[in-house]
Amino acid sequence: MASHSSQTVHTEIRHGFIRTYIFSTDHKVIGIQYLMLALFSVLLGMGLSVFMRLRLAWPAAKWPTLEQIFSVGFSGGQMTPEFYLAMMTMHGTIMVFFVLTTAPLSGFGNYFLPIQIGARDMAFPVLNMLSFWVTFVALAVMVSALLVTGGAPISGWTAYAPLSALGQVAGPGLGTGQTLWVISIAIFCAGSLLTALNFLCTTINLRARGMSLMRMPLTVWAWFTTAILALLAFPVLLAGGILLLLDRVGGSSFFIPGGLVVSDKLIPHEGGSPLLWQHLFWFFGHPEVYIAILPGMGVTSHILSTFARKPIFAYKAMVSAIFAIGFISYIVWGHHMFMSGMSPFSSMVFSVTTMAVGVPSAIKTFNWLATLRGAQIRFTTPMLFALGFVSLFVTGGITGLLLAQPAIDIYLHDTSFVVAHFHLIMGVAAIFGIFGGTYYWFPKMFGRMMSERLGRIHFWFTLAGVYAIFMPMHFMGISGAPRRYAQLTEFTYLQHLQPVQIFISICAFITIAAQFIFLYNFFVSMWKGERAGVNPWEATSLEWTIPSPPPHDNFGELVPVVNHGPYEYSVPGEPTDFVMQNAPAGSVAS
Amino acid sequence: MATTVTSGITRPPDQGDGGQRRLSQRDPQTHTMGVAFAVVAIGMLFIALTSSYVVRQGLGVDWQRLPMPRILLVNSAVLLISSITMELARLARRRGNWQRSNTWVFVTLMLGLAFLSGQLLAWQSLASQGFFLSTNPHSSFFYVLTGLHGIHLAGGLLALTYVAAGSLQQLRAPAAAAGPARPSPDRCSRWLDGTAVYWHFMDALWIYLLALLFVWG
Repeated sequence: MASHSSQTVHTEIRHGFIRTYIFSTDHKVIGIQYLMLALFSVLLGMGLSVFMRLRLAWPAAKWPTLEQIFSVGFSGGQMTPEFYLAMMTMHGTIMVFFVLTTAPLSGFGNYFLPIQIGARDMAFPVLNMLSFWVTFVALAVMVSALLVTGGAPISGWTAYAPLSALGQVAGPGLGTGQTLWVISIAIFCAGSLLTALNFLCTTINLRARGMSLMRMPLTVWAWFTTAILALLAFPVLLAGGILLLLDRVGGSSFFIPGGLVVSDKLIPHEGGSPLLWQHLFWFFGHPEVYIAILPGMGVTSHILSTFARKPIFAYKAMVSAIFAIGFISYIVWGHHMFMSGMSPFSSMVFSVTTMAVGVPSAIKTFNWLATLRGAQIRFTTPMLFALGFVSLFVTGGITGLLLAQPAIDIYLHDTSFVVAHFHLIMGVAAIFGIFGGTYYWFPKMFGRMMSERLGRIHFWFTLAGVYAIFMPMHFMGISGAPRRYAQLTEFTYLQHLQPVQIFISICAFITIAAQFIFLYNFFVSMWKGERAGVNPWEATSLEWTIPSPPPHDNFGELVPVVNHGPYEYSVPGEPTDFVMQNAPAGSVAS
Repeated sequence: MATTVTSGITRPPDQGDGGQRRLSQRDPQTHTMGVAFAVVAIGMLFIALTSSYVVRQGLGVDWQRLPMPRILLVNSAVLLISSITMELARLARRRGNWQRSNTWVFVTLMLGLAFLSGQLLAWQSLASQGFFLSTNPHSSFFYVLTGLHGIHLAGGLLALTYVAAGSLQQLRAPAAAAGPARPSPDRCSRWLDGTAVYWHFMDALWIYLLALLFVWG
């Protein structure tokens, strides 16, 4: 393979260490910064879940060592229920905002969207840098909520009012901790909006010649749609966050109803509506689910086509399905609130729109399977994770159709069935998308290959692990096990499920241990991995036409001219089984 | 294989090819488009607050309408005039008169500051009558909506200052001397255009908020 750089003039701009690696405006550095921020957050969030699983499986156990570290949370050696709730709140918040939103969209999107459309950088590089540092501040504020007196909030990642609006009187962590939580989320909204704006302008304005919309890789379509969702959803959360903050510190009554007595104290507020918070939150919250999963769908489509060595089945249908999912996500938020006493008519509307999400989802799944049909599949690690994504997407998605029925939801609401559902689809499927993207693009980002052997071990442990963790939760939920409880052994009708809790915890610990295989592989391969060529996977999109890792200005003085669609694999009459997007026109026999 | 990788990359023609957009030759519309998306996001923020306003108004018996501080009418006039001066600045710039354009930018900046000061006076007037953030839901929304609008308008003022600084540099140095450190006339124009879109939006948003707060009720 000829060296690309020998024919290309790159203008290397030399900056000091700080401008190159810390306050960099290079979209690639910013992408890696986001990925590292997400990596830190996912490790933290995973650590918090260990506490939760310990409490659920062994509620009476005493942990004298932990008492020395967390004197309040482990008073008497036993984990307090409040500490459990704080861990639960922070686990959810950190995972949803700082992992599932940052890694797939801001991380991979920043790194690969400009390269895949043939641009040198994002449309607004300085704004891009700013959005990362705003997000970083948001994370710092969120982490500080864990450290302040009173600890982290106990109101869940949804921060339902009035619990979240009342302050210290309502429980530990609801004082300073909850205030920091709201401020962090507001800052995070601002950072995400800047990112979304930048993604949209970049995709619309900076495409290389020939990169028509219908030649964009599905990853780009997914990031683009996700950016639209983020641009419209985060302002609504920001509005809710501002009102919540004012209820907490300004004495207003947006969400606090009158006549509320908490801890034997009459709350001096009146007239507010807790349901208003739920509407604002879920109007953001449901699109947020798709903000987390759509980039994973894009990456999965991209990887499946690459390693099936076949064009993605029904490209245009895939693009339409992405848009349909994005659009429908705005008219389904009420399905989170079937229990709120909404009228049966509203329930029916939200139920029908929710089930309608199944149509574009089924189109995507069908197309993924059709892409695989009759293919000579190369079972690389990224391919395994993409297949895992399809599996988890189906498993987690099917239960979404169940929960879309108000009658069923009223029974299953707030049980571990719901926990299992959203973990499989929003948590694990999206994480599989992130893993797939990491294994797939690692050679491009760091110029070296990750170990395939370790990758496969990691995949099988993780796939088996997550199913072992979350499948039993469905059955527990059907048996009536409520979520958000630190301990279920007090209920006689649930006591027989305690062995299942222990089983889930042990599976969780094994799965968590398996993630260290990934970390080892990731960091060791960065320095010691086999050198990667320009195009190790023999893929077609533009990132595989430039050196690994790409130089500062991506394409240098030469800019690509795109003549082909993104998935021209196994074209009859071609010397290789793939046609690069920038290959000369007319080289396709057809 | 080697040819496949490299032969599709060609040297860009020197000028005027819309397909060869590079960072240094961004589409002139990119700035304005960025502002337009920001406007969409800010619009969503206020739409969300509007729906909260309407919902909250329909609840409880504690909703008491504030008396409108008269100064808000003066402020509105000031802001409307500032939109006109903004357009005068753009007109002068289109005719190549940077001197006059800069004067109008400066006038717009002053009017914006006057508006913000007037808003603070309105707050003060309400506070002196005993209407605070926590007094009743209408006063809460009044302070939230005017406060958020003020913060966004202050952002517009920062952008205007940036534009003014850029065009001052145009005045001091002839266009021919524009180097990499000095913004080109084109860039200054684009900043001005983008800021103008934002400024008019702030203007329209204010009229909308005034109507929501005191006409709708």
